Amino acid sequence: MSETDKTTCFEPWNEVGKKPLIEFRGVSKKFGALTAIDNVSFSIYEREFFALLGPSGCGKTTLMRMLGGFETPSQGQIFIDGKDISTIPANQRSVNMMFQSYALFPHLTVADNIAFGLKRSDMPKSEIAGRVDEMIKLVQLGNLGGRKPHQISGGQRQRVALARSLAKAPKLLLLDEPLGALDKKLRQETQFELVDIQEKLGTTFVIVTHDQEEAMTVSSRIGIMDQGKLIQIDTPDRIYEAPTSVRVADFIGDVNLIEGNATTTANDKITIDWAEGQPALTAQTTANIKDGTKITFAIRPEKIAMSAKRPDDALNAIEGHIHDIAYLGNISIYKIRLASGHMIKAQAANTRRLSRRNYTWEDKVWLSWTETAGIVLTK
Amino acid sequence: MNFRKYLLILIPYSWLLLLFLVPFIIVVKMSLSDTEMAIPPYYPYFTLSEGWQGIVNFFSELDFENYIFLAEDNLYWKAYLSSLKIALISTFFTLLIGYPIAYGMANAQPEWRPTLMMIIILPFWTSFLIRIYSWMGILSQEGFLNQFLLWIGIIDQPLTILNTNVAVYIGIVYTYLPFMILPIYASLEKLDISLLEAAIDLGCNRSQSFWLITMPLSKAGVIAGCFLVFIPVLGEFVIPDLLGGADTLMIGTILWQEFFANRDWPVASAVAVVLLLLLMIPIILFQRSEQKQREAEQ
Repeated sequence: MSETDKTTCFEPWNEVGKKPLIEFRGVSKKFGALTAIDNVSFSIYEREFFALLGPSGCGKTTLMRMLGGFETPSQGQIFIDGKDISTIPANQRSVNMMFQSYALFPHLTVADNIAFGLKRSDMPKSEIAGRVDEMIKLVQLGNLGGRKPHQISGGQRQRVALARSLAKAPKLLLLDEPLGALDKKLRQETQFELVDIQEKLGTTFVIVTHDQEEAMTVSSRIGIMDQGKLIQIDTPDRIYEAPTSVRVADFIGDVNLIEGNATTTANDKITIDWAEGQPALTAQTTANIKDGTKITFAIRPEKIAMSAKRPDDALNAIEGHIHDIAYLGNISIYKIRLASGHMIKAQAANTRRLSRRNYTWEDKVWLSWTETAGIVLTK
Repeated sequence: MNFRKYLLILIPYSWLLLLFLVPFIIVVKMSLSDTEMAIPPYYPYFTLSEGWQGIVNFFSELDFENYIFLAEDNLYWKAYLSSLKIALISTFFTLLIGYPIAYGMANAQPEWRPTLMMIIILPFWTSFLIRIYSWMGILSQEGFLNQFLLWIGIIDQPLTILNTNVAVYIGIVYTYLPFMILPIYASLEKLDISLLEAAIDLGCNRSQSFWLITMPLSKAGVIAGCFLVFIPVLGEFVIPDLLGGADTLMIGTILWQEFFANRDWPVASAVAVVLLLLLMIPIILFQRSEQKQREAEQ
């Protein structure tokens, strides 16, 4: 990637007339009576690092296996580079896959594993060894080329699998839970390496994961899947800050969900009546909401401020008692019980030592936030 | 604590010593003796009643005469070679038929696999002898096979199959097929399906992925199956005796004749000892390949 590309924002999905690399058009997949994929349409652009995120069984792996050629859609079409791929068998697609189990060939050495795809391609024999060395360098495998897969560690196996799937320089690389088998620390390091490699090569990556932190770290856009449907596709920050549905808000990160009835006050402001004896909340929204509509107000714990006295200038302020405190080291999560029975989570950074903490169990506190801190959701 | 541990080991070791090593030493001793028209039909006997002198006399009577006889009479060498040939060819055919069956079983729907396994094992539940006699009924001149071939018009004269080497091969391949199928099936069933998907993903077609992935990864099962067939077939005597003809020469049959027809126990024992030494080569090879496999899996 050149310097000019880095400074300008990489947002091909916003460019008018830009041709996508991959396009799903009304794709469904049924296994017997079970609908694994339900009428999915979306596009992935060249050089994107696209994450498919969702709980297990949501259909994300099936969606990826369709790209790889291991499943065929029951309905709809998939295009790569404008070509319908339904008639191209898996071994002739310019798509490679890194398997969840790595699927390294146990009887071949690391170098032979990496060379496996090259030997099936039309690459001249004399160039294969050079390409293998290049891939070994890319994933920093040092002098492990002569080892067998069972003689190296899990992290090294992951690198071999990556090198093998990248060796043929595919247009599209599919990664099925690529870091799932690594421990947490190694996983975090590898996430950044994966991004580096992707930027260096400019290959389009599609990753399937159930780990939202991983998806947020590596991807340019995330597609959230639930029960066979893609419920939102957006950049990581927008998925977190501006979810379009309660399900997305609830799936990504921690969130307080408050149900209530909306009344429009100004053209972009509403008040929310949500519990008897509690002051109405004020929130900003661009959506056009009719008076009396049932809505869900979503607010992240870290957007809520806690204070011992009612803040004078706060638009939204409610009173409660501390029910529970979860101490996580860098932050603490407070569970606040309101008089109405609601339980609200608030998060505070532990800037002071634990012994000098301001609040403790059963303390009376005020929770407050601005009118733009939360999101109004209608579905 | 230590004593109890040794006691535990002692039980299987004394089992092997009494029921394996002692009979083997008796056979070796017999093979070094001379034939005698007596009961038992060999000389010298081992007795402790004459004291030390008796033991010295006993050992001085032993010689390698029978082994020299085996080497000089070319019947025995021909029989050993012919057994080796029959064992090799029938192992090859068992593999040729067994591998596709095992492959089919491993690729069947999981709920069908126990049933298929049962079908493979089922013949073991009837007597081996009865099954071989049934083959005599199938392969004879008036047997089912000839009747069937005459009926569909492929032949107009019944074929002579029974009492030839062809019948021996058919009998051996039929009898030993499960020993080939089961280890190959076990190694194919373990095969991770994602390895084959990875091979296809990297550009293999189906036959390439079979020869490059499935075949090498089921090698251990193939080797185990081949040895499990080859080793017992080398010493086989019932099948050649019942299905074979005058020109079927196998060392197992020779051994049987020496013991029971000629009552030449010392020569028969020598034949058995040489057969055992011959079998030890494949058995050691088999164990080494097993060992390597275990090391690779660790």
